[in-house]
Amino acid sequence: MNGKELLKIEDLEIRYETDDGIVYALNGVSLHVNEGETLGLVGETGAGKTTLAKGILRLIQTPPGKIVNGKVYFEGKNVLAMSDHDLHQVRGNAISMVFQDPMTSLNPVMTVGEQIEEVIAVHNNSLSKEEIRERAIAMLKRVGISADRIDEYPHQFSGGMKQRVIIAIALACNPKLLLADEPTTALDVTIQAQVLDMINKLKTEMNTAMILISHDLGVVAQTCDRVAIIYAGRIVETGNLRDIYKNPKHPYTVGLLDSIPSLTRDTKRLKPIKGLMPDPTNLPSGCPFAPRCNYASSACSEAVPELTDRGNGHLVRCIKDISGKEGQ
Amino acid sequence: MWKYILKRLLMMIPVLLGVTFLVFFILNMTPGDPAAIILGDQATPEAIAQLREELGLNDPLLIRYVRYIIDMLHGDFGESYKNGISVAAQVLDKFPNTAVLAVAGILVALVIGIPVGIISARKQYSALDNTSMVLSLLGVSMPNFWLGLLLSLLFALKLGWFPSQGMGSGFVPLLRSLVLPAITLGTGSAATVVRMTRSSMLEVIRQDYISTARAKGLDEKVITKRHMFRNALIPIVTAVGLQFGTLLGGAMLTETVFSWPGLGRLMVDSLNSKDIPMVLGSVLFMTIMFSFVNLAVDIVYAFIDPRIKSLYSKAGFKKRRVVVA
Ligand SMILES: Nc1ncnc2c1ncn2[C@@H]1O[C@H](COP(=O)(O)OP(=O)(O)O)[C@@H](O)[C@H]1O
Ligand SMILES: [Mg+2]
Repeated sequence: MNGKELLKIEDLEIRYETDDGIVYALNGVSLHVNEGETLGLVGETGAGKTTLAKGILRLIQTPPGKIVNGKVYFEGKNVLAMSDHDLHQVRGNAISMVFQDPMTSLNPVMTVGEQIEEVIAVHNNSLSKEEIRERAIAMLKRVGISADRIDEYPHQFSGGMKQRVIIAIALACNPKLLLADEPTTALDVTIQAQVLDMINKLKTEMNTAMILISHDLGVVAQTCDRVAIIYAGRIVETGNLRDIYKNPKHPYTVGLLDSIPSLTRDTKRLKPIKGLMPDPTNLPSGCPFAPRCNYASSACSEAVPELTDRGNGHLVRCIKDISGKEGQ
Repeated sequence: MWKYILKRLLMMIPVLLGVTFLVFFILNMTPGDPAAIILGDQATPEAIAQLREELGLNDPLLIRYVRYIIDMLHGDFGESYKNGISVAAQVLDKFPNTAVLAVAGILVALVIGIPVGIISARKQYSALDNTSMVLSLLGVSMPNFWLGLLLSLLFALKLGWFPSQGMGSGFVPLLRSLVLPAITLGTGSAATVVRMTRSSMLEVIRQDYISTARAKGLDEKVITKRHMFRNALIPIVTAVGLQFGTLLGGAMLTETVFSWPGLGRLMVDSLNSKDIPMVLGSVLFMTIMFSFVNLAVDIVYAFIDPRIKSLYSKAGFKKRRVVVA
């Protein structure tokens, strides 16, 4: 499973310049994804997950968004410094993205077939119209939709079916990396597992690496090789799935684990994290989690802690040395 | 779909009745005796009284209205008070002239309005966008006849490039005579189309499916054309349809400024001479034209947006747009 490094993000900083001030959405994120593996990216709403995923593909709208700093190496080439032409070759072909809301992510005036065919056509100039259509039909079948629905429009599909179509579009060109931004959050609980299983099955078959974004550590637990926890635009903890679950080192991770019913070691003591994430237009100078943290001391508010290595690629951004067990 | 069209055609009947009713009563309430106007200054009171009797002007208003409607249902729109020629014949005679001008005007509006609106939206707040917004505000608020007079002064009277009056016969003279009135009519509509295109495009630009399109690796030209413009089209078609419907009814001021022999001028002349059957007939015709354009616009919707199409074909579908007459 652990192939060579496919994606490496270095120190990515993204801001939104709005009338209400500068939103510091991403403040120096570094990450890597290996070939074929799944990285779970977990954090609360507003932590910067979507910004990170869009930033990888340079999909941040400018204005108001702005990539201020950082590098995104994909197979050794910096996506952020590519020509538009090269970027268009990468998008939808080597890296594709599934967006959060299937209801609004498909073009309402094009048939689902046209929308799948479009991405195949733009990346495969040599294919004939018939071949493109055949591939689109095959892709539709792979996501569990019957071929005779290919000429229907998005409004004729349910939310779950729409998300399947979007996944078909994303995987149509056999990408090396899939960015799945909360792919099941907007769906009915009953079909979330179905869609997630399907994504997993397909990405394994195609040997596609994936960044699976979620605000739910429970979702990530079932599918990921490694996990990165993001808080206020910074990675606060990252490591192997096992290390994160069995030996969480950051108080925020501990808090997240405690707030999942199925994973709580002691279900009677299920507790949500108190307080709110700091306002991203006005971040504190110290650790942004300190105001909510049970372990915080005065040293915590002096400077943002560095990510430190606790062994085996387990990185933690905390000056304390706590363990999940103590957190109980 | 056909059921829908039939329903819309039937809905035109009350609209037409309402419009004739309004115009009929307003015209009869305004001062001035048609009989006196027809006979001129020298007419004796006896002659006027006799003519009033012949025209049925002494009957109660309601009776005259019912009589008019009954004749109308038989396809008889009466004769002009002024020259005794059938109203229908005169309207149909002038309509092609107005139609030519309306088509030319709307072409000017489309050729300017759509590209400028798209570029403005894609480059929001750029110098180009700001310029086009100021110009289009000017275009919307500037009276048509005033622009017509300016154009006529400069390009017809001073430079002599185009005729200032009338409609040329033969292809090239026709085109030459069309230029100034078409630009006069078109700029006002173009300004509306620019603003509508821009705002509709801006709405679409922020949609999630545009991000999806970008994430596919499409280039911006394709995204603008295939994904943005088609989704932005409904409000644009509505605006263009309204403009075209209005132009088809005859542009009174522009036709008067350029002495264009169309419906608009016919209407102005008839109003001046209180030629009631003529005015009624023209208004009726304009209303019909406007309703047809509206219906056409609604049918075009179905081809643009599959969601509307499925709405039309669903049974029990309720009236969605009010026909503005
Ligand atoms: N287009 C935008 N304009 C202004 N602020 C934005 C925009 N998109 C996101 N943000 C802000 O950036 C921060 C991160 O947002 P996002 O990346 O969407 O978080 P997540 O996906 O983790 O919920 C939030 O505070 C959000 O309000
Ligand atoms: Mg998000």
